Order: sequence, then C-alpha cells, then structure tokens
Amino acid sequence: MTAAHIGWSVLAALILFALMGPLFDPVGPFKQSLMKALSGADAAAPFGYDHLGRSMFSRLAHALRLSLLLAFAATATAAVIGIGLGALASWRGGWLDRGLALVADSVLALPALLMVLMMGVILPSTALAFWAGLAAVQWVEFFRLTRNAARSHLASPAVEAATLQGFGPVWIFRRILWPEIGPMLRTASAFGVGNAIAAIAALGFVSVGMRAPTPELGLMMVELLPSWREAPFALMQPVLACFALLLALNLIAGDRR
Amino acid sequence: MNTALNTIAFRLMQAAGVALVVGVMSFLMMQAMPGDMAFRIAAARYGYDLVNADLANAVRAELGLDAGPVTQFLHWMGGLARLDLGQSLVSGQPVWDEITHQLGASLQLALAAIVLSLLIGPPLGICAGLHAGGRFDRALLVVAASFRAVPQFLLGLLLIILLAVQMRLLPAAGHGSLAHFVLPALTLALGLAAASARITRDAMAGVAASPLYAFARAKGLSDGEVLRRHGLRNIGAPVVTYLGLQFVLLVEGVVVVETIFGWPGIGHALIHAVFHRDVPMVQGTALVMGLGFVLLNAIIDLIVRRIDPRGVQS
Repeated sequence: MTAAHIGWSVLAALILFALMGPLFDPVGPFKQSLMKALSGADAAAPFGYDHLGRSMFSRLAHALRLSLLLAFAATATAAVIGIGLGALASWRGGWLDRGLALVADSVLALPALLMVLMMGVILPSTALAFWAGLAAVQWVEFFRLTRNAARSHLASPAVEAATLQGFGPVWIFRRILWPEIGPMLRTASAFGVGNAIAAIAALGFVSVGMRAPTPELGLMMVELLPSWREAPFALMQPVLACFALLLALNLIAGDRR
Repeated sequence: MNTALNTIAFRLMQAAGVALVVGVMSFLMMQAMPGDMAFRIAAARYGYDLVNADLANAVRAELGLDAGPVTQFLHWMGGLARLDLGQSLVSGQPVWDEITHQLGASLQLALAAIVLSLLIGPPLGICAGLHAGGRFDRALLVVAASFRAVPQFLLGLLLIILLAVQMRLLPAAGHGSLAHFVLPALTLALGLAAASARITRDAMAGVAASPLYAFARAKGLSDGEVLRRHGLRNIGAPVVTYLGLQFVLLVEGVVVVETIFGWPGIGHALIHAVFHRDVPMVQGTALVMGLGFVLLNAIIDLIVRRIDPRGVQS
C-alpha cells in the first residue's frame, strides 16, 4: 500500500505544480532574454533559464500541464469508449462481439507511437493527433477488461435473476459489472496515462511531436541537450520531471497481474 | 493439431485486420493532404520537372481520382490487397525496395536487443524467484520498477551522455561497426530486460513454491538438477508468451531508438516519411511493423504449444 501512497503524493505534487506554477510566474514560458541564457536561478525564474533565456520554472509548469492534460484526456476518452464497446460487445454477442474483438486485436499489433504519427498526418493539430492517436490505441485495454469481466458475469445466476425481475441493461451494468471493472480501472488508467506521457515526450524528443516554441518535456530535453555541459541542471529538470511522473504512475498502477 | 490450426487462423484474421486498419488510416492520410492528388502521384511517377496538367489528367483518368470517395477507397484497398504499395513520394522508388533495404538494419538491431535482454533479464529473474522475498529479490523489484519508469528515449539519452559524451567509450550515433551496435541495442535491451526479469521472477517464485518442486527436492535431486529438469520448462511458457507481447514495445522502441542513434532502419524511415508526408512509405512501414508483430506472435504461439502441450491456456 505504501508504494501506491508515495505514487499518489508525487503525482499530486506534480499536478499542483503544473496548476499553481503559472500563477506565481511573472515572465511566462515564451519571453526570451538572451542576456540571461543558461544562467542560474533568480527571483523571476526560480529554476534558472534555458538556452534562449526563457524561464525554466514557467516552461516546466506549462510542459507538465500540457502532458498531463493530453494524457488524462486521451485515457479518459479511451476508457469511456473501451468500456462502452466492451459492455456492448458482451451484451449483444454474435458477430458484433467477434468483429469488435478482431478490431481490438488488430489495433493491439500497432504500436501507440505509430498510431499517433499516422493521426498526425490526418489531423490538423498535433495536440489533437496525440489525443486521438493515444485514445485509438488505449481503448483496447479497457475493452478487453470489460469484455472479460462481463463474459463471466453475464452468464451468472445473479444477472439471470436481475433480468427476470425486469431490471434493464443499465442497472445490470451499474450494479453487477461496474463493481468488477472498477478496481481494475485504476491500474489500467495509470498505465494508460503513463504510456501517454512517455509517448508525448518520446515524439517530442525525436522532433515529430509538439512544435518548437511549445513547452513540452521531450522537446525541452532535446533543446537543452547541446548545452548540457554549461547547464546540466537545466537539462536535468525535464528529465527528472518526466521520470518522477512516470514512476508515480507506475507505483499507482501497482502490478498488472 | 486442431488448436494449432485455430491459432494460425486467428493470426491470419489478425493480419487481415492490421492491413485493414493501416489501409484505412493511410487512405485518410492521403485524403487529408493538401493539393491535388493526381498532380502529386504524377510527380512521383514522372519526376517533378516533367509534370504538367496533361500528365496529371492522365493519372486522374487512369486511377479514377474523379470518382467518389468510396470508389477511391476501394481502389486504394485493392492496391493494398495486391501488395502493391506504390512508390515513395519523396524518392520515387518503389516502397517495397526501400523497405527491404531498411528492414535488415532494423532486424539486426532488434535481434541484438532481444539476445542481450534475454542474457540480462531471465537469469536475474530466476535468481530472484528462487529466493522470493530475499534481499536480492527486493533489490531487483526496485531496480526493475525504476527501469520500467524510464522511457526508452530517456534511457538512450542518459546512456549517450554517460558512455558516449562523458566517458567517450562508444560512438553516440551511426551505423557500420560493431561499436555502433552497443548503445542502441543496450537501450532497447535494458527496458525489455526489466520487464522480462519481473515476469520470470513471478513465474519462478510460483514454480519454486509448488508441490512438484518440493517433491523433486525430496527425492534427492540437486538444486541445479531441479531447476534444469522441472523449473525451466515450467517457467518457459509464461515467459515466452510474455516475450511475444513485448514485441510491440520493441517495435515502438526501435522507432525511437533508431531515430536517436541515427540507425538506418525502418523506424528511422517511418519518422522521415511522416516528416515529409510520404504516405505510401508510412503505409508500407506501418504495415511491415504490424504484420511483423502478428508473424512473431504466431511463431511464439507455436513455440509455447511445444513447451507446454497441455492444451489451450489463455
């Protein structure tokens, strides 16, 4: 239990920083002052400046905001779609069930990064591409969870009794399926959010993710990499933030099996 | 035998599904691109200098680009079904030629990473699982958990800074000599090893606590013999199954790691194709990656059936 508690508190601290940071920040993430490039902390920028003299504090807070927002949005969308389709598939059965399972298995063979990259060519904005691409991959996990839980329970005497008493599918979902799916949801969502954050940073790092002035963790790392000898602390900030975020989510997720 | 056929049938369906998903996505990519498609295809075929409105119109008539989106989609999928991936919009070469050219480099890298991860992960997992709860077991849990929290690009970055830039032991990027293999393969292998160590440890701990293991010891076999004759085969099935699921991670890692280390493989090609909006190349690389995953898992299924012939386990 303690590992999960540590995870929750680290995540809460990072979310708090992402939400509150910009409120105490007079400079903003885009204001350059080349005189201060790579210099250390001062009152206006408590974490120092990057290679273009922008406040690291501000950029880090905005980068975390972006990553967390995109990742939570994508995972929440995936959860709603996945659980909905999973319940529908196991309730209706037949060709619908088989068809959806086949689509899920096909998507499973495609890496998330690939889906995001392909969405990036289709959709006009990068943020939209991340949201759609990540959701398009992640719904499979929720779909499978729901379908497996529903399969064993829809045939149970409890459901049969409820149906005979005239309860509809919504009641059965809420009262019988949801208590089964709910606890597994935490693990699946934490893994989903973690994978999403890693994917956003990875694509930013290889310069096919978010575009340049946007503060984003992977992009900040690749921008600061050339000047890491002069300012190792500046490079370490996005690296540590990314690591802490992913570690926290992994701890929250616990063990998959 | 029947179940083996079922497995192959399932994987064939999955492969068809992968091709369908990739085809639909690629068609949407093609539709989303700005400009006149007939002009672009004509430019790819005949060269940018020779293209004029007549050639574009000829292409339009030939491919039926004036037809509705449904006809166009059927045409696109028809090409895919005939395994005609078209030509790269950038180089003008057939996509197949480009991919077969790059696939070799990727396979070398992936193979090196898998071998390296198998040398690191499962042995550590077996050691930890044999003494579950011990000091080594707990240390491995922490190390594996922190390695899993480091995405592959970050691991690559740390290794470059540490081994290539600071200690100047290895080249940071490039392809050709054996030294160029070490960093990208190690980056991929460490992530895979962390996961496989964990799975091996759980499987080993389960087997070591089982009655069959206690019986083998009670009849007087030595520790090494028990492990070899009763342990390894029993942990084989879950570990190999898990390895199959890991391939998607490997493919994803290959895309990122190749780009970081400048490895001229298929992942590198994919990133470049996306950068240049070269849809036929994106479709080709995506298809090869997805189908590669399905093929490897089909092989894994058959191997697991050999290791554990006790019928279907889901």
